[in-house]
Amino acid sequence: MAKITLKDLSHSYLENQDSNADWALREVNIDWKDGGAYALLGPSGCGKTTLLNIVSGLLKPTKGSVLFDDKDITTFNPVERDIAQIFQFPVIYDTMTVYDNLAFPLKNRGLLESEIASKVKEIAEMLELTSTLNNRASGLTADGKQKISLGRGLVRSDVNVIMFDEPLTVIDPHLKWVLRSKLKELHQKINRTMIYVTHDQTEALTFADQVVVMHEGQIVQTGTPVELFEKPKHTFVGHFIGSPGMNILPCEIKNGEVNFSGKKIPSHKTIKKSNFNRTQIGIRPEFINFSNNGIPVKIKRVSNTGRHKIIDTESSGGNIKILSNSSTEIPSGSAHITFNQKYTYVYEDNWIIE
Amino acid sequence: MNKTINQKAWFFVVPVFILVAFNAAIPLMTVVNYSFQETFGNNVFAWEGTRWFKQILLSERFHAALGRQFAFTFIILLIQIPLGIGIALTMPKKGWGVPVCLILMSMPLLIPWNVVGAMWNIFALPDIGFLGHSLNGMGFDYNFTQQPGDAWFTTILMDVWHWTSLVVLLSYAGLNSIQPAYYQAAEIDGASRWAIFRYIELPKMKKVLTLAILLRFMDSFMIYTEPFVLTGGGPGNTTAFLSIDLVKMALGQFDLGPAAAMSLIYFFIVLLVCWVFYNLMMKNEVQS
Repeated sequence: MAKITLKDLSHSYLENQDSNADWALREVNIDWKDGGAYALLGPSGCGKTTLLNIVSGLLKPTKGSVLFDDKDITTFNPVERDIAQIFQFPVIYDTMTVYDNLAFPLKNRGLLESEIASKVKEIAEMLELTSTLNNRASGLTADGKQKISLGRGLVRSDVNVIMFDEPLTVIDPHLKWVLRSKLKELHQKINRTMIYVTHDQTEALTFADQVVVMHEGQIVQTGTPVELFEKPKHTFVGHFIGSPGMNILPCEIKNGEVNFSGKKIPSHKTIKKSNFNRTQIGIRPEFINFSNNGIPVKIKRVSNTGRHKIIDTESSGGNIKILSNSSTEIPSGSAHITFNQKYTYVYEDNWIIE
Repeated sequence: MNKTINQKAWFFVVPVFILVAFNAAIPLMTVVNYSFQETFGNNVFAWEGTRWFKQILLSERFHAALGRQFAFTFIILLIQIPLGIGIALTMPKKGWGVPVCLILMSMPLLIPWNVVGAMWNIFALPDIGFLGHSLNGMGFDYNFTQQPGDAWFTTILMDVWHWTSLVVLLSYAGLNSIQPAYYQAAEIDGASRWAIFRYIELPKMKKVLTLAILLRFMDSFMIYTEPFVLTGGGPGNTTAFLSIDLVKMALGQFDLGPAAAMSLIYFFIVLLVCWVFYNLMMKNEVQS
């Protein structure tokens, strides 16, 4: 059990780094509280697995340090760090039985046979593996194997943190949900710090209390699922989270007023700064309404998903997606829309202006 | 769905049929033909039934050759498999060392077999060969042309030199196909180097090792050229393995009937051992 602090972490797989693109991780700072459930969310290649492997000790960071309970453990190996990690593909020891698989980390640490037996039994019960304990592990299905990998992490009572590296990738869709709730349930039961890496927003948002969104080796936002949805601090978060993602549209800022396609847009903050680089306006499809006057758009396509309608429209400033109830009447041809002021944000070089 | 019936489609099978007939079935049938008959040339045959088979199976000469053959194959497998795995484990996984090692390892495999025999013959000659001369210089009484023990030692050394690479390359391929996550998980589980080998590397190499053992079994069990060039089966008959003995019988003595019967017995032994071994190895494999 430990609080985890990452301080100014940067990592590169190259010997020499010339540009930002050479870094897999840039200036990462994180504080993870003891016993929390966290998710690292981002697309493939954003550096989330690199970050995870640095926390677990499989990788040494190029710069910066990792602290467990304020103690610098950057140079420690995974065994010294006392962590558990579950990988994308179920890692099992093919020739061993399920029991021996679960007992393996304990045997390696020299525990007594009786202690091992009771521990393994307890974990097997928790994961519903009791009936298969004496079977060869290689005969199990993918989700059964992944449960074993998970069990090998849980069986040690002393682990500081349990890390999951996209653990549900190879699991059948209908079992994903089952295993995910199992994880959530386990977290509540054993109350250990868990870090969950995924590129699937549903997995991240349902599992974690705090989600860290990563993009091109940087952390773009950390927050609760609601915060990420309602107030994305970076256009990437707006775009990546939500389905469909946030509308990001070019805009102009003059005298503290936001102008989009010739109209003044009320935003949630007054802007004091002047002289901007590239500015954009961000509005989620959920927060756009049809009205009698406002921004003129042409309706291009309406798709009904059953619960709601997704409307593709075209304005003079770019394409805008709108999400509305499936019962809402959609005007055909041309219409006018307004943005909900509370959820309209302005971004400069992709970062929010506050 | 209605199936189209067109008997002309059988013509597509004809080329394969002819090919298999000429490269396997017909030659094999010739051997079968000889094994049941006596011939004195001029295409005159006399039916002998199972006489040649009984004669071979009861002959001490065959027993001795078979015994030598099993001993040889057993010894080279015992050396080559662990040695091959050991070398594969120490080979680099990335960097410039990989191509260097792979090329060095492939070298012996590319040398024609009779050249290997000739090379080792000269290399091991007690008076002028580097190996023979050095061994004698160190005080060993080494002469592979005169002493059976030395002849065996040299033949085995030659085979190990020639073929261990095959085991190395197969094992290396097997090792490289192991996902890094396995090593990472083992590291986190606190596994020792031995445990990693025993529980990850060895099981993951099982299939390629089965293949390696089968290939090495078959090749060494049928070995001919190299010992023929190196020792010619001598001194005496001490390194006359099955195929050397077979050729002696067929071409040296022109005993075509017994030689044909011996070929078939030889063939069935290889087939039987491979079949038993393969089934034992694959018994616990899950169908995936």
